[in-house]
Amino acid sequence: MDAILQNFFNMEIASKAGVFLLKGLGMTLLLSAIVIPLGLLGGLAVAVLGSLKKKWLSVLLIVYVDFFRAFPPLVLLIFIYFGTPFLGLDIPKLLAVAIGFFLNTSSYYGEVFRAGIESIPKGQFEAARSTGLSGSQTLRFVILPQAVRNVLPDLISNTLEVIKLTSLASVVALPELLNNARQAQALTYNPTPIVLAALMYLVLLWPLVRLLSRLEHKSISMH
Amino acid sequence: MSKAILDIAALHKSYGATPVLKGIDMAVNENELVFIIGPSGSGKSTLLRCCNRLEEPESGSILVDGTDILRPGVDLNRLRQKIGMVFQSFNLYPHMTALGNVTLALRKVQGMEKEAAEEKGRAALARVGLAEKVNAYPNELSGGQQQRVGIARSLALEPRIVLFDEPTSALDPELVGGVLKVMRELKESGMTMVVVSHEMAFARAAADRVIFMDKGVIADQGAPEDMFGNPKHERLREFLSRIQH
Ligand SMILES: Nc1ncnc2c1ncn2[C@@H]1O[C@H](COP(=O)(O)OP(=O)(O)OP(=O)(O)O)[C@@H](O)[C@H]1O
Ligand SMILES: [Mg+2]
Repeated sequence: MDAILQNFFNMEIASKAGVFLLKGLGMTLLLSAIVIPLGLLGGLAVAVLGSLKKKWLSVLLIVYVDFFRAFPPLVLLIFIYFGTPFLGLDIPKLLAVAIGFFLNTSSYYGEVFRAGIESIPKGQFEAARSTGLSGSQTLRFVILPQAVRNVLPDLISNTLEVIKLTSLASVVALPELLNNARQAQALTYNPTPIVLAALMYLVLLWPLVRLLSRLEHKSISMH
Repeated sequence: MSKAILDIAALHKSYGATPVLKGIDMAVNENELVFIIGPSGSGKSTLLRCCNRLEEPESGSILVDGTDILRPGVDLNRLRQKIGMVFQSFNLYPHMTALGNVTLALRKVQGMEKEAAEEKGRAALARVGLAEKVNAYPNELSGGQQQRVGIARSLALEPRIVLFDEPTSALDPELVGGVLKVMRELKESGMTMVVVSHEMAFARAAADRVIFMDKGVIADQGAPEDMFGNPKHERLREFLSRIQH
């Protein structure tokens, strides 16, 4: 018991590493605050453009979505961060990571929004157009509010995944939570910082998980 | 001679290689109620949907209140406000109240202020007997009430003509009467209407003219008494005997 406490819940180490880990948490939050809104916007754009049913555009979007959903995000980050200097580009770490995550998350969010738009009956579109609303007004006021509501649980669950995904940025040594925790672990020869980081992730994600489970419960009892 | 609000000439429409409308000529005069019957698949819905270009016809002309709605470059969104459309499945916006449904186009297309739009929306809902239900969501309304909201949504835009595509077919029998009553009042107030329906009693009571469509053409037309009381067209007789059983 004592050995477990010493190794995994070492108070002394925890208090030493605390500030460093909180800095990492800050970076994780910053990264999430960049990647989630951009990913949502990108995904929305992908889905809306796809709903226009323009042949070549749809093909392009399908290629984009399929490619970046299939491509491992870890490899993507490595490519972008370590590859761009060879193209003569020297982009900051945070930007490289944000681009990589954007490509990945926008394609996932895009699929969620697409499913949402496709869940709306054609009659909604026809009713709106028959009263003179333009195509974009119809989307904005009639289709999207319903579509988003229909896929809200999927959007939240995808967002959970995105926050967890940010820990991959440690591969290019961006000082986010996991990265800092592993550094602290290496310095102290003790896994307590990892445990502490796990707790921080839990505190961060738990409200979303709760919200998700409540929404899912609600949608089940509605059917 | 009264003025034609809707004037259709030589209208053709196909889906792929299948012709669905094969030369429709039809005029609807101001304040007239034209009732369209015909077997399933004869093209009734397609005809109505061409009149506000939810479907694009191949050829022919459609004048609404004197404007050719098929002319390239026509302002379709403005025009559609003149042509009300009421659907079999109501198609209310489920995330908006009755008032929200009725005022959306007033606000976003006509650019009315919220207050003014709501005043107009309330008046339209009162006209269909739903003054009490302005704040109800569609899922809090009966089918008949929902369809009346659908009618109010069209009326609020002050259309020149309202097209009804089987407005009561999705309703429980006891709810049909309320919707038909609203439609009769609308007719009496002078609205020009085209109604696709199977409600023959309504047609006898309210229609000025009955059109029988068959296989993409207007096969016969006439006053309701003649069409129902003394049908001459072979296929019309067949059709009537089938739906009366
Ligand atoms: N979007 C479409 N694509 C292909 N064919 C269609 C489409 N819509 C209608 N049709 C076909 O066109 C024909 C006419 O259909 P329409 O809906 O106008 O008939 P209707 O007279 O309204 O029939 P009902 O009484 O069943 O409503 C039918 O054969 C139908 O299968
Ligand atoms: Mg039909």
